[in-house]
Amino acid sequence: MKTIYLDNNATTRVAPEVVEEMLPYFSERYGNPSSMHSFGGQVGKEIRAAREKLAGLLGARPEEIIYTSCGTESDNTAIRAALAANPGRRQVVTTRVEHPAVKSLCEHLVKEGYRVTFVPVDRSGRLDVDYLYEHMTEDTAIVSVMWANNETGVLFPVEQIARAAKERGIAFHTDAVQAVGKIPIDLSAGAIDMLSLSGHKLHGPKGIGALYVRKGTKFSPFLIGGHQESGRRGGTENTAAIIGLGRAAEFVSDHMEEENTRVKALRDRLESALLSRVTHAVVNGDPENRLPNTSNIAFEFVEGESILLMMDGHGICASSGSACTSGSLEPSHVLRAMGVPYTAAHGSIRFSLSLYNTEEEIDYVVEHLPPIIERLRQMSPFWQHACEKTA
Amino acid sequence: MWEYTDKVKDHFLNPRNVGSIADADAVGEIGSMACGDALKLYLKLDENEKIVDAKFQTFGCASAIASSSALTEMIIGKSLKEAEQITNDHIAEYLGGLPKEKMHCSVMGRDALEKAISCYRGEPAKVVEGQVVCECFGVTDVQIERTVRENHLTSVEDVTDYVKAGGGCGNCHDAIAEIIDRVMGKAPKPKIPAKKLTNIQKIRMIEDALDREIRPELKKDGGDIELVDVDGERVLVKMRGRCATCTASQVTLKHYVESKLRELVTPELAVEEVQT
Repeated sequence: MKTIYLDNNATTRVAPEVVEEMLPYFSERYGNPSSMHSFGGQVGKEIRAAREKLAGLLGARPEEIIYTSCGTESDNTAIRAALAANPGRRQVVTTRVEHPAVKSLCEHLVKEGYRVTFVPVDRSGRLDVDYLYEHMTEDTAIVSVMWANNETGVLFPVEQIARAAKERGIAFHTDAVQAVGKIPIDLSAGAIDMLSLSGHKLHGPKGIGALYVRKGTKFSPFLIGGHQESGRRGGTENTAAIIGLGRAAEFVSDHMEEENTRVKALRDRLESALLSRVTHAVVNGDPENRLPNTSNIAFEFVEGESILLMMDGHGICASSGSACTSGSLEPSHVLRAMGVPYTAAHGSIRFSLSLYNTEEEIDYVVEHLPPIIERLRQMSPFWQHACEKTA
Repeated sequence: MWEYTDKVKDHFLNPRNVGSIADADAVGEIGSMACGDALKLYLKLDENEKIVDAKFQTFGCASAIASSSALTEMIIGKSLKEAEQITNDHIAEYLGGLPKEKMHCSVMGRDALEKAISCYRGEPAKVVEGQVVCECFGVTDVQIERTVRENHLTSVEDVTDYVKAGGGCGNCHDAIAEIIDRVMGKAPKPKIPAKKLTNIQKIRMIEDALDREIRPELKKDGGDIELVDVDGERVLVKMRGRCATCTASQVTLKHYVESKLRELVTPELAVEEVQT
């Protein structure tokens, strides 16, 4: 059975070009980039080149990039660094819809005695920016707002918020794990102080992330050790992954236009076809301000895990914000923060596409998913009732 | 990804007895869309109160659908009396087991069956018994107590897995823990006879407990303990080996050694370390 992979916000296929470029670093090019000899030194040179490529994708300077092990480490580093740099300030401002990498850390900070303001979103997942501005105070050490939401794809006006933070002398960090590689980003012109990204979300390998730290931003390391990353992150470089991330940055940069035209069109095709074929289905999240690859659809009266498992039977991969898929009992915190009723949240499915998806694949999903929803609805005690009501 | 048994997968992908019975003799409905799962069970009985047909409608995850399907298979052909004996554990067993986090699906099956039976008997719709403990999922102390007792649950997480209580805001975790303690306290525990021990008996029991239970544990960390004297309820000991130099040994002494001796010998004992 063919796999139709529509779960690219979870992770992406490592581009074959990326794999190819990484392979020598698992075998003959095993030198330590910090070594004095040319055998290691040549690896160091390649790492510099990879750093330049990644910086190029962001409109950053190479020395503003710190390699980490993942997006989560980047987020933790950024927020902890800002708190350490401003010991007198005891407040963090973030949103109610962050990824657990930021959300759980912030909840943990509350236990450590920090005040955390969680800024709400509206029914379409748009951030209440006024609320955010009102809650930036002299006590605020850092504002951390994600660039794009992983579940709905909704984009936040991070550049605007960063400027507002800067005016007040507050550090600004964005978890851009879902945005980097999908939408154009140019940090040189803006006011964003720190930005997190993750390799495996942009057709690079897992186990590599990066934190952009604007030159001049107060910083203190999270991992203390060797002189690597100019003393800002100890630990021998994950050379193969760094090389891979450099190549991946080039790859997504080359395909940025395609992502925002062809992939976006495929997403729209999928979305409109499903909405026209399935009644009682609605899109979660602002359809205007969204990543080009993401569609989150609530199928009412059915439960997400059942949908996913039945799709799995057809080789279709997606995600759900339902409670049952996470092992928790409540549906996704993002959908709850948006005020999506539980009845719809439990049946929410996230489709996230990539450059590797084709029209045939989308048509296959459009053909096979509506009968699954229909079958589950026939089983559901609420469906008949709903039909009677609308009849 | 959940580790479902083949039987769960089979009952999910090919559910038995889906649908409704127009002239059902009994209907049991449980759960809601807000809760994330719901089950409506229909029963048809013959004149001897034997279940001749059962159908279900379920909103929920794979294990909820499989549990409902399994339940109908289990009860068709049974008398009401026999069906009444079915517990959530039986449903889970029938399916070859459920992931721990999904046990509440089997509880939903049992609850729907119970509701259908009381519906048939014309018992008034049960007013929810007890006090609501978990506001998020509307679970009462009576329900929690019963589940703890029947399934020998020992932690708040277990209770959440079985009846969802505590799975929302988490404000009720302390209350659930209290219920568990209460139920566990009630369970008949092998008790040490309360009669007064003579000194010789007491010393023998202490030595025995040290040899069999305590020393082997301490030795795992390279430590040891020596009994110096027993003076009334005071047990005087010396810590040996690594325990003698370990800064945490006072904690070990009080939390482990003393509580173990209180459990195995008599609850009045107090352990003290004598310095050489």
